[in-house]
Parts: sequence; C-alpha cells; structure tokens
Amino acid sequence: MSSDAAKADRIRELMATEGDAVAENTRGFNEGRYDSTSRLDDYEELKGEARAIKEDAIARLPELIEEVKETVEANGGTVYVADDAADANRYITELTAEERDADRLVKSKSMTSEEIEVNEALEAEGVDVVETDLGEWVLQVADEAPSHIVAPAIHKSREGIAELFNERFDPEEPLETAEELTMFARERLGELIEDADVGMTGANFIAADSGTMMLVTSEGNARKTVTATDTHVAVAGVEKIVPSVEEFAPFVELIGRSGTGQDVTSYISTLTPPVDSPVPDFQNDGDPLADGSDADRDFHLVLIDNGRLAMREDEELKETLYCIRCSACSNSCGNFQSVGGHAFGGETYSGGIATGWEAGIEGLDTAAEFNDLCTGCSRCVPACPVEIDIPWINTVVRDRINRGEADQSQVDWMFEELVPDEEPAGLDLGTRIVGNYETLAKWGSRTAPIANRLADVGPLRALGERVAGIDRRRDLPDFASQSLVDWFEARGGAAVPSEEASREAVLYPDTATNYVDVDRGKAAVRALEALDVHVRVPDLPGSGRPPLSQGMVETAKAKAEDVYAGLARHVDTGRDVVVIEPSDLGMFRREYEKFLPEASHERLADASYDVMEYLFGLLENGGDPAGLRAPAAGTGPVASGTRVAYHPHCQARTIGVGEHATAVMERLGYDVRTSDTECCGMAGSFGYKHDYYELSIDVGEPIREQFGDTDRTVVAAGTSCTEQIDALLGDAPMHPVQLVAPRE
Amino acid sequence: MRSPESSGMSLADRSTFKRRLDDLGVTVSEGPESACRDLIAEAAGDPAVGVSDAPLPDRVETEPTTADLRAAHTGVTDAELGVAEYGSVAIEADAAGTEPVSLFVDRHVVVLRERDLVPDMPDAFDWLGPKTREGSVDIVFATGPSATADMGGLVHGAHGPKEVHVVLLREEGSEGDDTDE
Repeated sequence: MSSDAAKADRIRELMATEGDAVAENTRGFNEGRYDSTSRLDDYEELKGEARAIKEDAIARLPELIEEVKETVEANGGTVYVADDAADANRYITELTAEERDADRLVKSKSMTSEEIEVNEALEAEGVDVVETDLGEWVLQVADEAPSHIVAPAIHKSREGIAELFNERFDPEEPLETAEELTMFARERLGELIEDADVGMTGANFIAADSGTMMLVTSEGNARKTVTATDTHVAVAGVEKIVPSVEEFAPFVELIGRSGTGQDVTSYISTLTPPVDSPVPDFQNDGDPLADGSDADRDFHLVLIDNGRLAMREDEELKETLYCIRCSACSNSCGNFQSVGGHAFGGETYSGGIATGWEAGIEGLDTAAEFNDLCTGCSRCVPACPVEIDIPWINTVVRDRINRGEADQSQVDWMFEELVPDEEPAGLDLGTRIVGNYETLAKWGSRTAPIANRLADVGPLRALGERVAGIDRRRDLPDFASQSLVDWFEARGGAAVPSEEASREAVLYPDTATNYVDVDRGKAAVRALEALDVHVRVPDLPGSGRPPLSQGMVETAKAKAEDVYAGLARHVDTGRDVVVIEPSDLGMFRREYEKFLPEASHERLADASYDVMEYLFGLLENGGDPAGLRAPAAGTGPVASGTRVAYHPHCQARTIGVGEHATAVMERLGYDVRTSDTECCGMAGSFGYKHDYYELSIDVGEPIREQFGDTDRTVVAAGTSCTEQIDALLGDAPMHPVQLVAPRE
Repeated sequence: MRSPESSGMSLADRSTFKRRLDDLGVTVSEGPESACRDLIAEAAGDPAVGVSDAPLPDRVETEPTTADLRAAHTGVTDAELGVAEYGSVAIEADAAGTEPVSLFVDRHVVVLRERDLVPDMPDAFDWLGPKTREGSVDIVFATGPSATADMGGLVHGAHGPKEVHVVLLREEGSEGDDTDE
C-alpha cells in the first residue's frame, strides 16, 4: 500500500473513532471565539497591537534573550539556553535526577516540553513524571498523544475516559459523570503533587526587563505545581520573550477568547521566580505554613532554541514565531474539526500553524505528512490573534515539499509539453493537473462536447483516480462550448454605452465562469447593465488560484503578473474590476500582496469588487433596485420564491465580502438564512482528491444538516461550494447574482 | 474605555465588576470596612484558614500549619487589585502564604477594597509592570473558580477552589449605596 493510501485509511479511521468528539469540541470552541471576541470593542486594534509586539520582539530576539538572562539571574534564578532537545533534556535530567535526586517531577501543561520529549528523558533516569493538567493526565494514563494544542484530550469522550479510569484504577464506585471523573483526578493528583520534588511548567510569555513569566491556565494545577515544590523548572521556546510586563496585556485579553472562547482563563499567573510563597511541608505538616523566613526556592528557566533562531532567519517561516498557541487556527478549520490533531498534526503541533512549527523544528518531511490538509480556505486568518497568514505558510512549505521531493522518474512528459507552469519536472501528477486547471479548462471548452463525454467514461475515471488521484465519485465540470468572453463579443459587447453609464467595469472572466459556468457570467452582465454599468469582458488569464493551492508559487506569481498586466490599463482608466468567483477576488486582495509590487497590489485590490459587493455599492449609491429581480409574488416555483438559503464562500468571508450578497438579497425582499459553516469542504480541488473524498464530504456535513431538507432556494458564490453542495444536497445551487439578475 | 486618566474607581466600574462576578458564578457581599469581620464570617465555611490585613473572625486560623491548610474548607485572603471588565482579582503569592491559602481549599473568600478596583486589563498591567521591575513580585489574576472541561463537561474545582466569594469593602464615609443600578 502506498503511503498516500495508508494516510487516507488513517484519516478514515480517525474520522470514525475520534471525529465526533473532535467536531463537537472544536465547533464549540469556535462558536465561543465568535461570541467572546464580539464582546471586545477594540478586537481588531488589540490584534494589531499583539502583532506589533511580536514583530518587534522577534526582531530583537537575541538582545531580549541576553536581557532575560540578566534579569532572571538578578532575581536569583538560572537561565539555560538549550540549542536543541537533547541539550535541554541533558540539563533538566542532570538538575532533576542528579543534583536534586528527585523521585518525582510534577508538570503543568506545556507543548514545548512535549516537543523536546522531556518526560521520556526523565523517566529514563528513573524520575517519575506526572502530568497534572487533567487532559494531559488522561493521555498519560491512556498512553496517547495530544490531539489539540490547548485541549489535548479533545478526541476522548466522557464515556471513554470513564472506561479508562474504571479499568485502570478500579475505584470502589465506578466513575461516570464529568464531576466524578474530575474529583477523582483532583484527589489523586493532589496526593502526587504533595510528594513531588520538582515542578515543571511552560511559559506563555516572558518579560525581558523583569524576568517575569506568564502562565495561562484554568485548572490551578500550574499554581500548585509551582507552590508545592521547592524547585521550579520552566521550559519555554525563545520566541516567548517580550520586552516587558505591560506587553502581556493584549495577549491576556486575546488568548482565551481566541482559543476556547473564554474572555479570560481562570488563572493568569504572572510570576517573577523564584516565587515568594512558603513551601508547604506536607511531610511535617504540623509546622507553620509560613514561618516568616524567606522561602528556599530554586528556579531554572530553560529556553529552547531547537530550530527557532534559524526560523527567524527564514523570511517565510519567521511569522510562525509570532504564534501564541491559542488553537484558533485548529478550531476554525473545517478539516481539523473533522479529523483533529492526530491526523492534522506532526510530531508535536497540530492545526494550521503546525506546518510552520514542524517544518522549522522537525523538518520538511514531518510537515509533508499533514501539510496538504490545509486547503487554503483562509478561515484561520481572521481568527489568528497575531494576524499570521497561516495559509501562506502552508503554501510556501508545500512549494518547498514539491521542489524538494520531486521524483524525477515520474511520467509527466505530457505535461512538460502541454502546460506552461514554472515548476520542476517530476511534480506529482495530480498536483500538476489541478495546478494547470486553466489550461485544462481552455482545452476542454474548445473540444466540448467531446471532452465532457470522455470525462464521464467509466474506465477513464478509474484511470484518472489511479494516476491523478481524482475521485471518481465526483462529477467533473462540464465545459461550455462557448466561453463567456466569446459570448460577450458575439452579442456585440456592452449594452450600456459608456457615455450613458453610471460607472465602467471590467467583469473578470475567471476560469470557472469563462469555461464552465458561463450562465453566472451572463447573469452578472445583465445585473450590472440593469444598474447602468458599462461592462467589458476582456480575455484575461486565470488568477493563479489553482496552482497556488498546489504550492506552485512561481506559477501563481507568473499568473499574478499576467493578470495585472491585463488589468492595469483598465484600472488606470478608472474602471472597476468586478469578480464573480470569490477565490479569485481573494487572490487579488490577499495573495497578490506576495506577488506584485506594493503599489500595484494596492491599486488592483482597491479597484476590485465581489460582484455582490459591487451591486450592493451601486444600490447604496442610488442604483434602482427595480432593475434587479425581486422575489416573485405568490407561490410559484421554488426558484422564484422569497426564501433563500445562502452559504457564503470561505475566502469571501475572510476578505469581508461574504455578507454583501445577504444585504442585496434582503434589500430586494428575499428572506435569507445564512450558513455558519466555515468552509464547505470542497476548497477548490481538495474534495476531488481520492484520498480526501470522505473527509471533504464530512467537512460539508453541517451544511447538509442545516439546509438538507430546506424548501429554500440554495445559493452559493464559489464554484467549489456549488459542486460540494450539489454533492451534499443533490441539487446544484446558483450564484446569488443569478437569483437577483433580471431574466434574459 | 481605555483612557489613561480613568484609572480611578467609579460607580460604573463597580457595577461592571459585580456583573462580571455574577456571570462567573462568584458571590459578592459589600459593606464598609467596619463590617468586614461579619461579611467574612458569613462567607467562610468551616474549618477556615486566612492570611489577611483585614480583621478576621476568631474561628479563622490566621497562623495555619500545613495540616490546617490541608483540612481547611475555606481560605481567606486579600486581593491586591480587582479588574472590573473581567471580574478578576489579583492575588499576591507572598511570603505570608496568600497563594497556598487561596488555592488548596474548596472555597476562596477574597477581600477587595473598592479603591483597588481598576477598569480594565491594560490598567492592571500598567500597575503590575513597575512592580516587577522594582522587585520580585508574583501575582495571580484569578477569575472565577478553578475550572476544567477535560473530563467531558465543565466542572468547577479541577485543582483549585470550587467556589469563590468576593468581599468588597468600601471606604468609611464613601457613598456606597448602589442598590438601584
């Protein structure tokens, strides 16, 4: 079995065993995030502030490391900067097992300690390591790995934990409820903490100018871990340092809200260790708790490099170091919600940002194991409290994987001849077919209907599945025999002459609209002309979205340059650019920032509009809504009814144009119900891939639950949403512009 | 909401603070400094231990042994600061044992003076910052009871207190009646 097939099997298995628990918990966290952040008046400002603090701190990192060494040592602690995991573990085990001769070390939750696998190192030296975070403890008892960076046992159900505890500990009364399980763990861990010699914590933030560290927790185990032991070892990545305690504030407000949807976690410990609390002596407990003397405490801060300083020098991976490990990118991710971190994760980290961490810490091979689970839907982008472009990191790493792992023996002579991409020979065939979708579509349109007929032939689909990984259960696009550009030219161009027009617009003929779904292009022309817009539909290249989704960065960049070259004249003439396909508008507004000179990107981004956003703007500026199609009166066919179900496209939501369609439809009198599913699961080509077909369908399941038996007219703007909803509901939705455009 | 001059106590801060505490399931009792002992007596269970500058009821053990701490139902401590927008109280992990007394118990009764209430989180960190640079200070911002959802449902009292009660003291002679807010 190939490694891809094994991976696909593993994903199916995880969806069956852990998917339900992961889905329930992550979707709950994600809703909590929306609720909690909506209560902040200055959410966007806070994110900007947090981002600026991290940018500055990482830029000055070497200097801050030196400063923290001085301040912690002035406070009476010790700092050790470990080059890698082995170096850190050697220091920690020598301190714990040899100097302290410790029998037991108690730990609060720390992903960095998982990264260096310090438990194994300590246990090898005979130290009993006890995880005191309840979720981590469950996993320690079960001998499993975390599936989520904040809630590590998110994949386990209450029933599963009860079964585990009852079997392992054989309590007098079988444990059942969450309360019983928690109290059992509290008591048992409480005893283990009392007898412990060393306490280990992580650190969410460290202030350089005072040596103060911040711990964000809810259970109180980190507080007990520090208080009950006289030796405190804090393990933290070097990237956790910020200049001073004042910079903690925006993170305190953002981290809980972004992660599990708590406004603030129960405990924010800001410790300047060694701490002043007396050490309770649980062995001689008749002694006074505090005898007035200074506590005899020892503190060691172990700062971990382990690839981070190299990431800092890597222009693309550097942003990863801004990550505060809040888990928003996991919880907002459709694929993560379905499979969890056991599939969507590497050695230690999981979720969207894990690609950056694992690539930087473990290497490309580890990142390659799960990187393609990021579909680029971008829903994590507005969720990230430090504004990391997580899809971009995933794309860049995919590009490096493509280039590094290219297998020269693969048969791709056909594509070397046929496609104009900028990628190395030997690139995976499925990647290449999707990446060159524009060429395929152009060819398909010219040769339709032969191409359409061939595409549906069973044996050919089987071959496509085997060679290119395209699942045969998916309908392939039907290419139109006349493209939108040709149709527009054939009808004689614009119906509204420019001298009579309110505005002039270029309707961008995106690949899907131009060659496959020409009807929505025609509808857009009608809607725009109904509002007195002089429309042009010039022949323009594809946006580069398909190659970008495959990590073909150079090809996407070449497309961006071509598109800009084709549009610059129009933009400079003052024409607006109207885009039907949201994923292409997303390119213009977001990704082109990486590909074009700053001024060019800004000019194009400012001139470009989603078609529904544009109609909204025209209506707001006095356009006559009577020109558009209001719902038909009475009880006609469903398609002309008042009631609409609308699924906004993921990337449209990220760039802030998901709601304009709702506003326009409501303005015209439609009753609109909007889906709150982050992404339909199709995500461009992702759902076509044979390995991910079931996952893709599972991600879209909430749409079926919400709209499955609706009598509403279903509308969706994205081509891939259209295909996915067709597969989910058995009927293809139309683009909102087709609903509101006047009839032909 | 975040103007630097708004660091003083206001009626709005107090009502925000109480509303947040209520959302968190934290009970509150208010009164003048002179009522402190009675308010604590009402709030504390038995047995109780305490470390506080405030006058405590006689039944609260103020020089507890570790055994007393282990046996205690309630721990009474001071708070250095309250954060109105979040319903948080700042506990100092000091040499007197405020941290263990607030932590190794089922109920934490925390005494906060109204004048120590600040509007929002940035104010709290502006207060804390200089202290960390002047000397070693350890502060825990506690918001509601200890909590976990790791066992398949939200449970209070994962490791720390299951219940929190705030005794909010106003200065003698200040206008304190806000019953009809």
